[in-house]
Amino acid sequence: MSSANLTKDSVPTLLQGVMVKHDDVRERTVLLAPERTLALDGTGIAIIEMIDGKKSVSEIVHDLAKQYEADVQTIGNDVVAFLRDLINRGYIGITDGA
Amino acid sequence: MERNREQLAKIAPPPMAMLAEVTHRCPLACPYCSNPLELKAASQELTTEEWASVFQQAAELGVLHLHLSGGEPASRRDIVELIAAAEKADLYTNLITSGIGINEKRLDAMIDVGLKHIQLSIQGVDEKTADLVGGYKGGYKRKIQLAEWIGARSVPLTVNAVCHRTNMASIPDMIDLAIELGAGRLEIATVQFHGWAIENRSQLMPTREQVEATTQLVADARERLEGKLVIDYVPADYYATYPKACMGGWGRIGINVDPTGLVLPCHAAESIPSLNFENTRETSLHDIWYHSPSFNAFRGTDWMQEPCRSCERKTADFGGCRCQAMAIAGDATATDPACHKSPLKNRMIELAENAADTSEQLEFVYRGR
Ligand code: SF4
Ligand code: SF4
Repeated sequence: MSSANLTKDSVPTLLQGVMVKHDDVRERTVLLAPERTLALDGTGIAIIEMIDGKKSVSEIVHDLAKQYEADVQTIGNDVVAFLRDLINRGYIGITDGA
Repeated sequence: MERNREQLAKIAPPPMAMLAEVTHRCPLACPYCSNPLELKAASQELTTEEWASVFQQAAELGVLHLHLSGGEPASRRDIVELIAAAEKADLYTNLITSGIGINEKRLDAMIDVGLKHIQLSIQGVDEKTADLVGGYKGGYKRKIQLAEWIGARSVPLTVNAVCHRTNMASIPDMIDLAIELGAGRLEIATVQFHGWAIENRSQLMPTREQVEATTQLVADARERLEGKLVIDYVPADYYATYPKACMGGWGRIGINVDPTGLVLPCHAAESIPSLNFENTRETSLHDIWYHSPSFNAFRGTDWMQEPCRSCERKTADFGGCRCQAMAIAGDATATDPACHKSPLKNRMIELAENAADTSEQLEFVYRGR
């Protein structure tokens, strides 16, 4: 899967074996995957919490924009950049929303 | 606790990963096994409760990933209970297995109690070679069967392949096999000369041409398979310019526990005779990680000699492998002889070339036999 196929209708999911965990010792939230760990910042946590295997990219963007009373364009850029990065690093997969 | 977090952070960061070698028993007998030549007996192994306490302590110390290894971890009758204990401690648990000793029912039980990832070793791409290298007839078939069962369940699979002179030509087939088996990751590690591999140096040492061809091949395959298969590759360092970075640094990322509860900064650390190791049966993991002489021996850069001491790469590769320095330079604080700046680099290359240059096919010395 490549992040090049990401569209507003794509539905992101956490790949098999990927988990969210609160790392109490280091006081942060991380994504765990086989042999890998990724620390999330506030934006990352908010996006990850929206991923349920049902919502499309545009739905996630709209929900976040509403929740944070922020501009759809700005949130959209953040979400797409984050998803692309995590797809390339093998934490997230996408299915076509069709 | 006698010190607060800030003071502890000056000694070392909390560990990220634990390698628990729950047993040295194994039905296979791979000639490159990294276990020590003196294998620990079953009667000395930690009990289920002792391991459960180790996992709990590890999680409290900051460990996130637990790798259950051996020997063959499934040779322990209580392997499902061990995975359950790890899950209870909220660790991300990975099983590193030869595949022998896991039937469908046991696999389901492991996944039910929370196993997150399985790494399956494959010793060759056809039955004959694989069973010859593993020293176990019928092993290949059972591995393929297990991979199929895993593929039908929701747990990610990694295929582990150790490469050496006799199988380097078949790496393209190994890549195809990993894809066919539904693995998301493939680990190709060039044999490292610790433990039993030292006994088989002349049987296993790759040639310079092989190493160069493999590095190129892996780079091409990675590009071609992006998004389909992640390939992690450990190249050979004998002919390289720089040494391999020591696992993110001695006593910085990982903590190993041997079957008897001995706590080691690295799986090969027992090859360094000047070090004494603590046991979880007597000392807490916290004290061992932060305060034991063995974990503090090669932390930071003060222990280094020249040329590492004044080298700009010293915080990037940590002077290379301590165990290789011990094995080849006879001094664990020396520069890893794989480094081109080491005065022993030529000797290292010579040793590799001599070992690789054997026209006849030598018999393997099998682990534990
Ligand atoms: S001299 Fe030491 S620190 Fe520098 S590259 Fe070589 S091994 Fe690494
Ligand atoms: S000392 Fe050598 S064998 Fe041990 S972890 Fe470092 S690189 Fe690996």
